[in-house]
Amino acid sequence: MRKGLIALWNIILKDMRAYYLKPPNISWGLIFPIAWTGMFFIKSGTGFETIPTLLPGVIAISVLFGTTSMLAVTVTFEKKNHSFERLLLAPITLNTLMLAKTSGAIFFGSINAIVPVILAMLLTDISTISWLIVLPAIFLIAVASTFLGLFIAVSVSEVFEAQTFSNFFRFPMIFLCGLFFPIDALPVFLRPLSYMLPLTYGVDILRGAVTGTNTMHLGLDFFAIIFFCTALFYISLRNINRKWIN
Amino acid sequence: MKHQIQISNNDEPLIEVVNLTKRFDNLTAVDNISFTLNNGEIFGFLGPNGAGKTTTIRMLIGLSRPDSGTIKVAGKDCTGNPKAAQHLIGVVPDESNLYPELTGFDNLCFCGALYGMSKTERIERANKLLKTFGLTEAANRKFGGYSKGMKRKLTIAAGIIHRPQILFLDEPTTGIDVASARQVRQLISSLNNSGTTIFLTTHYIEDAERLCHRISFIVKGKIAKTDSVKNLLQPLLGRYVMLVSASGNIMDISRQLSSSFSDYTFNITSPEHMRVEANHQINLVHIVKFLQEHGIDVTEAKKSIPSMEDVFVSITGIEANILKKEADKKRKSE
Ligand SMILES: Nc1ncnc2c1ncn2[C@@H]1O[C@H](COP(=O)(O)OP(=O)(O)OP(=O)(O)O)[C@@H](O)[C@H]1O
Ligand SMILES: [Mg+2]
Repeated sequence: MRKGLIALWNIILKDMRAYYLKPPNISWGLIFPIAWTGMFFIKSGTGFETIPTLLPGVIAISVLFGTTSMLAVTVTFEKKNHSFERLLLAPITLNTLMLAKTSGAIFFGSINAIVPVILAMLLTDISTISWLIVLPAIFLIAVASTFLGLFIAVSVSEVFEAQTFSNFFRFPMIFLCGLFFPIDALPVFLRPLSYMLPLTYGVDILRGAVTGTNTMHLGLDFFAIIFFCTALFYISLRNINRKWIN
Repeated sequence: MKHQIQISNNDEPLIEVVNLTKRFDNLTAVDNISFTLNNGEIFGFLGPNGAGKTTTIRMLIGLSRPDSGTIKVAGKDCTGNPKAAQHLIGVVPDESNLYPELTGFDNLCFCGALYGMSKTERIERANKLLKTFGLTEAANRKFGGYSKGMKRKLTIAAGIIHRPQILFLDEPTTGIDVASARQVRQLISSLNNSGTTIFLTTHYIEDAERLCHRISFIVKGKIAKTDSVKNLLQPLLGRYVMLVSASGNIMDISRQLSSSFSDYTFNITSPEHMRVEANHQINLVHIVKFLQEHGIDVTEAKKSIPSMEDVFVSITGIEANILKKEADKKRKSE
């Protein structure tokens, strides 16, 4: 148990040092939310007081983009140069190993969300936001996006595929999760798709916490996103067991 | 370099493999092999490219699942549970799998951490290993910038940082220069002397002969023979061998050769080459004359001192220089 924890912690530390805290990554994590905030802001053409309404979307997108491809690319990279095999040789369970690999990305993704929050804080009054709901929501969005990255990592074998595949999931997600258009405004045949995306529920929680207007019940939102996280993790774990130890 | 096998008080083999098979689509990479690894020995798989050496190792260390057969490591059945004995083993793969962006020192510490070693313990052990392997000066350089020999040595250090009971080495001397290869061999021997049981694979007959207590010849996924080096060489004592090259197809008259010289063994390795073996001096004149009568001229004939190479040839039926050539090619291409 103690040995497992030492391994877990050191895998997280190593990933942080080797990938997540590298300068290009940090600057990307900063520029990205700023760019999105700016874009939304200019598009809405209103004053600073509308920033809180933009915040849920920017937070969700920052987290999504900070995690998914990050994990997919680093894991694929380590698979490619065989260093991942060293991890598979370690006497720790696959659960522990994948928990370690995803924790770094989850942490990094959650930190990414802080950037738009700080920006918003500087520009306007956001004291009405219920942080007790926002923080777990950010965490859950980070978990769901990371596990999506894990799912992608198991499905591809080349680094560029990991990149492409991540975008293949992410861009439709942005449009379908209710960020740009309310889900009710989507064509009927697309709506079921929206409800199959974890991000939809995450965005709904955030919007509720910031503007007080949930479209679904808060409990349902949390239940759905936790359900997606668990399902993605176990599907990935099963696939890893089947495909990586073959 | 050779030394006594440590006799363990525990008679049970450390690894027991029974009828192990692994297929990739239509190819049977490992074909129903069985062998045991005894406590304290150096056991070698000797075979040409594609023989199934790496595939076997991958199954033993839990990176690959067998299609059938069983693997027992230290009494634990690992067939269905590849994780069961991973804490007991260390692995040095043929291609290094350390992190190029980390320093040598950090790589070692990280590997120690994967096995749950405490911080002080792994720092101490990493420094000690760097010293033993002559890498102290390169300790704080990135692994990606190491030379091939340095990389191999650090990979071995990483494989033993947690003091495994069994060490797997996949082609430990391939792709490095002669001096480094000798160093690696010395390291392997001294590790074994201090009690580590070793399983290694190699293309090099000399390495197998010099290092191993027991050897398996593996060809096309099958084990042709397993025995101790001493026993393998035994039948060669008092054997005489001659290598004959000729212009013309010897294969055409192989039957006549065998019937005319019944006390010689003819091993025709190609249309123009053969090995002649006997339990007494070989009378070359008779053979040359016989071949001439069949329109074949002998272009070269030389005496050969029987060695492990000859054992390999006589058992597997493949020419030993296939092994060597492959090894050289690999060495050059790297
Ligand atoms: N993942 C795989 N998929 C398909 N075929 C494979 C795979 N791994 C190995 N093989 C095939 O199995 C056979 C045995 O390969 P293996 O790597 O075990 O040989 P080897 O004895 O280690 O050879 P070498 O000396 O070249 O390292 C080869 O024909 C190889 O092409
Ligand atoms: Mg191999």
